[in-house]
Formats: sequence, structure tokens, C-alpha cells
Amino acid sequence: MSELAAATALRSTERVNARLRGAVRTAFPFVVVGAAWEAVAHAGLFPPRLFPPLETVAAALARLTANGILLHHAAETVLRLIVGFALAAVVGVALGIVMGRSRRAEDIALPLVSIGAPIPGLAYAPLFLLWFGTGNLPAILLVAFVSAFPIVFNTWTGVKAVKSVWVRSAQAMGADRARLFRLVILPGALPYILTGLRLGLAQAWRILVGVEMLAAVPWGLGWLIFGAREFLATDVMLAGIVVIAVIGLALEKLVFRRLEEFTVVRWGMMA
Amino acid sequence: MSKTGERTRSLTRAAATLLVAAAAYEATARSGLFPPALLPTLPAIARTLVATTLDGTMPLHALHTLYRVAVGLALAVALGLPLGIAMGRVAAVEGFVLPLASALMPIPSLAWVPVFILWFGLGDTVSILIVFYAALFPMLLNAWSGVRAVNPLWLRAAAAMGANGRALFWKVIVPGASPFIIAGLRQALLRAFIAVIGAEMIAASDWGLGWVIFDAKEFLQADVMLAALIVIGAIGFALERLAFGAIERATVVRWGMVQPVKD
Repeated sequence: MSELAAATALRSTERVNARLRGAVRTAFPFVVVGAAWEAVAHAGLFPPRLFPPLETVAAALARLTANGILLHHAAETVLRLIVGFALAAVVGVALGIVMGRSRRAEDIALPLVSIGAPIPGLAYAPLFLLWFGTGNLPAILLVAFVSAFPIVFNTWTGVKAVKSVWVRSAQAMGADRARLFRLVILPGALPYILTGLRLGLAQAWRILVGVEMLAAVPWGLGWLIFGAREFLATDVMLAGIVVIAVIGLALEKLVFRRLEEFTVVRWGMMA
Repeated sequence: MSKTGERTRSLTRAAATLLVAAAAYEATARSGLFPPALLPTLPAIARTLVATTLDGTMPLHALHTLYRVAVGLALAVALGLPLGIAMGRVAAVEGFVLPLASALMPIPSLAWVPVFILWFGLGDTVSILIVFYAALFPMLLNAWSGVRAVNPLWLRAAAAMGANGRALFWKVIVPGASPFIIAGLRQALLRAFIAVIGAEMIAASDWGLGWVIFDAKEFLQADVMLAALIVIGAIGFALERLAFGAIERATVVRWGMVQPVKD
């Protein structure tokens, strides 16, 4: 009994050690780069306003977090991302499914989607600003518009990729249209749809920061960075970029991995 | 019969869609509901496109944009490809670079524009560096996964047949990783093209397609904006379809690594 307990304890310390080693190994490159940054910043080669040492950036990060400004900027950015992306997800998945199921809809929609897709999203930004004014409306619409393309394409491909054997056997077993759609087509196309949503979200995230710089929105991380340029506040810019990196990482690691685990992996569609 | 019949019907429908969309746009533009400065008619856009092409400004803008893409992309490949391959072959390099890449990757390249403007001033350098940043990660990660995806059986077979390190690298690893590398190059080019337009808008120089569009907004010249959009779309389409189709046929398809796309 005590032997077993000892063995378990040993194994858990081993696991803790392994995790510790992994953390150290991951931290090592950041320590090296951070040290190099510090060395350059303190060497006085560049003016400290333009190349602030890390402690200044950390101080700016702490200051802006403490007085809530950074949180407000981040909240506005995330809100825009969610609204724009939700719009794109609803419209994009619906359009993609219709295109995948109906030959006529495919023939009508595909040329329009194919023409719009190869143009970089930000190129539409001035047009949207001209048509919809400045502020939230053009920013959200543009994010939705740009992130809809990968969602439409992947959903369409996914619906077309559902094996016709599955569809026919479901029909032979007497599934009506609603059940066929809910129980065969939707689960079958879901891995593609999730890929599309993930690509769409990544696209939305990449463009949102740029849009916030152009659209003169009152709050938002893109605006924070862009506005800080006027005051040569490089520390504020870098603090903003750190927050952007954290949000981007969280979107990828938390949101989508979870979503996949709960749906396609559980249904055995993907390993 | 049904196959070709369906195909013609699809083509007719596609053409009809585009015609209807164009007619609807034209009708809206002519209805006077919106000021013509915001919603120019199609002939006006076409005239602007022809005029700016003939006087050489639009081609020059396009050349500036392509130059920035080319230099930035070349830098990204020069760093990303060898580093990615090294990551795939040497665990220490992988352990050092991968955490850094994972931390930098989720930062949109445009977030760096204001910082780079402060550091390097307005102009070409900022756009080129943004292109470099945007193109680096797809190149790096694809080269890395490509090298790791090389079938270990091929490596052992080549080694058993007496291939030395250099032959192994050039004859097995590089061709084996090439589908990933080409895919990475394509992704990198796409990202580069997206990034350059944004960088040109914000880091306003005086040439470049992104700058034209943004500058036209100040003067309410929607016709210039739409003409530039058409040029951007055409370049994007050409890069994607023509350039990469040719590269793929010349390399990975010829080597039998992937099947040619059937039309």
C-alpha cells in the first residue's frame, strides 16, 4: 500500500518535473530574445522613446491595464470581432449549404463569390468607409464581408464532399429532407465547415486591426496602436501588440480546439 | 451528353448572373438614389480604368506594389525556407524557434505598421517589412511540416542504398517536402499580397495600389477606387492561377508528388 502510494507520488513528481522542464524549454527562447532586446535598448543606439526597454513596456502595460483603458480597447475590438464574425458565420454557412445542395444556387452564387475572393479584404475598406461613413458600421461590415469568403467556400465544399452513399442509404431507410439534412449532411460537412469558420475567424482577426486604424473608431486595439504613433509612445504600441498577441493566441487555442473536441472529434469524424 | 449539357447550362447561368448583377448595379447607379461620386456607373469606371492605364499611372502603381511584394517575399523565403528545414531536421532549432513563431504568428502583420513607421519612416521599407512579416510564418511552418512529413521509410531506404548526407538532403528530403513548401509559398504570396495593400494604405507613400485606393477616398473618387480594385483583383487572380499552376506543373506534378488538378 505504502509502496503504491510512494510510486504514485514518485510518478507525480516526475510528471511535475517533466512539465517544469517543458516550461523552461519554452521560456528559454523568450529569455534570449528579451535579453537581446534589453541589451540593444540600453546600449543607447536608438532613442529610448522609439526603442523602449522591456520594463518601460511592462510599466505601460500595467498602467493601461490598471486604469482600465486597455481593457476598454480590447473589449471593443473583441466585440467588433464577435459581431462581424457571427454575421459572416450565419450568412456564410447558410449560403454555402444552399450552394452545395442546389445546382442552380451554385451556378448563380459561385461566379460572384469567385470574383470577390481574390481581392485582399482591406482593399475594400476605403469603399466601405465611403459608403457607410466612419465608425463601427463599416468596420463590422467589412470584417463580416471578408471573413465570409472562406466560410462560404469551405461549407460549399463540405456539403458537396458528403458521400453520396450515405445520402442514398439514409434516403433508402426513409429519412425525409429535414432528417437527411440534420443527421447526415450537417455532420458530414461539419469538419469542412469548422475549417471554414476557423479560417474566417483568422481572416477577420487579421483584418480587424487594420480596419480599426483606417476607420477612425473611438476605441479598439488597432486604434490604440495607431493613435500612439502621434505621441511617439512606442511603449504603448508594444503593450497593445502584446494584448493583440494574447487575444489571437486565445482565439486559436481555446475557442477552436474546444469546439472541435465537442463536435467532430466526439462524433468520430476526425481524430 | 448530360455532362456537357450540364456544363453549358452552368456557364450560361454564370454569365447570366454576372450580367444581371452588372445591370442591377448600373440601374442603381443611374437611379440617382446615391450621389454619382459614391456610386459611379460602369462606363465611368471603365473610362477611368482605361485612362489611368494609358497614361501609365495605374501600371506604375501596380509595379510599385509588385516590387514590394517581390522583395518582401524573397526575404521571407530566404529566411523562412532554410530555417523551416533546419527546424524539421534539428531538434534544438525547433525547440528554439517554434515557441517564438507561435507567439508572433497570431499578431496580424498590420499591427506592426505604426511601430515600423516610427522606426523606419514612411515609404518602401515599412511595406516591404510588413510583407516579410506576413509571408514569413506560412513559409516557415510549411517547410517545417514538409520536412517532418517526409516518409521515414524513404530516408532509411536511401541511407541503406548508400546515400550520403548531401544526396539524402537534395534527392529525398527536398523533393519529399516540396508539396508542403510549394503550398507554403502560395500561402505566403497570398498573405503578402493582402498585407501589402494594407501597409500601403496606412504607411502612405506616394505609389502603390493600396495607396491609390486610400487616396481616392479623400477626393471621393469612387471610380478610381473601383478601377484600382479591378486591377488588384486581376493581379491576385493571375498570381494565384497562372504563376502557381506553372510552378506546380514544373515541380511537384512532374516529380509525381501530387496529382495534376483535373478540370
